[in-house]
Amino acid sequence: MNLPEPYRLLIFLAGTLAFVGFHAAYLVWVERKGAGRFQRRPGPTEAGYAGLLQPIADALKLLSKQVIVPPTSDAVLFRAAPMMVMAPALMCLAVIPFGETLVARKVNFGLVMVFAFGSINVMAIMLSGWASRNKYAIISAARIVSQNVAYEIPMLLVAITLLMMMGTMDLQEIVRKQAGWFWNWNLFQLAANPLMPVTFLIFYICMLAETNRAPFDMAEAESELVAGAFTEYAGMGFGVFFMAEYANVVVGCSLATILFLGGWQSPIGWLPGPWWFLAKMYFLIFCVVWVRWTFPRTQFYGLLNLSWKILIPVSLFTLVLTSVMLKLF
Amino acid sequence: MKVPLRDLGRGLWSLLSGMRVTLGQFFKPTVTVHYPHQALKMPPRFRGHIELVRDPETGKAICYACKLCERACPSDCITVEGVKLEGDKKKSVTEYRLDFTKCSLCGACVEACKSNAIRFSHEYNLAGRSKEQFIMDLFKRLEAEGK
Repeated sequence: MNLPEPYRLLIFLAGTLAFVGFHAAYLVWVERKGAGRFQRRPGPTEAGYAGLLQPIADALKLLSKQVIVPPTSDAVLFRAAPMMVMAPALMCLAVIPFGETLVARKVNFGLVMVFAFGSINVMAIMLSGWASRNKYAIISAARIVSQNVAYEIPMLLVAITLLMMMGTMDLQEIVRKQAGWFWNWNLFQLAANPLMPVTFLIFYICMLAETNRAPFDMAEAESELVAGAFTEYAGMGFGVFFMAEYANVVVGCSLATILFLGGWQSPIGWLPGPWWFLAKMYFLIFCVVWVRWTFPRTQFYGLLNLSWKILIPVSLFTLVLTSVMLKLF
Repeated sequence: MKVPLRDLGRGLWSLLSGMRVTLGQFFKPTVTVHYPHQALKMPPRFRGHIELVRDPETGKAICYACKLCERACPSDCITVEGVKLEGDKKKSVTEYRLDFTKCSLCGACVEACKSNAIRFSHEYNLAGRSKEQFIMDLFKRLEAEGK
């Protein structure tokens, strides 16, 4: 398609908004259906066929509620936080290549951009906790900052490992280099680094922690902190945080797909396209749900110990190993 | 160095086997009952509120208003009235009022009844909007069931 640039960008803007909105709404359905199946019950069934209208019903309910701003809170920050948590996830999707030509903006430092915008999420949740002026929200804000500082490090170390192998930060270029059969994917590049699957596992665990998914959902921790940083939010203010969580899961799984599973490349060498990208992404999202309904929430020191005592040393080791391998061969 | 690595490996393995267990459950059929659409059959000894038993031969209530249940009730929630019809040896019941708001389902009335004319029903859908709904006439109920 050769559309003039402004129109192309407008179409991509609408497409990205629709993509994020659809996934944010329907991943809630996937999550609830998945939770049901893992616990041997059917999940939502009443609204529409197999409960498919449930997200719409939920959205209508949330929209019909008053957005209450507590009188003692910092009203400006309190209102800004939901926007700040949603916008970075949308921004990240601008550089994610869904297909050979299906990318909103070719940015040759796409990887850095995704990580840069991804980290704003933390600040937004911290702001929401701070602005709420609620003790549970503040505890949650403190937790999320220490958690994200801890997990950002191994995630970036993994990203550096990949950067050394690929030699480019352009996400589209990274996907192109993984063309061919599935053993060309970065996940199976055992010649460059024999510990590549471990690296992928570290990336995936860090992604779970960065998006505050169970078993690392210390920020929300409903059994200890009511709803953590979102305690004071009502109506769609809360709904936006909820949607942003799923939008971040989409971004995280897309990034994992691009970096390790060959993005839109086909595993069998022919017919590459966006469907492969979506299939891989949905598989990773299913794993996110699977993990959530398998493991109980960790304790906070267990969470930090996992990062500082295991993930960071292991990812540093794989970084050194990769550089040695690159130098030798 | 060796011990932490072994522990790490075992920990990871335990996580994976946990995930295998949950995935196994994922593909098994559901075990829950979808209540308003489906319901379980109540076990025979389930204690709902009491109901009058119909005589299979005559099709009328066995109860002949001897009022033993009324006397046996510790909460005073049963009121029985009966009349002697022309040509009958015994009285027959005309009103059997149960105040279910006071009933504690103790079963003293069922035990007291000499002719097994009352039993526990299997009724459990008992939500209501007013107190009057729970002061029921079991005789009228039986008649209504017959029609």
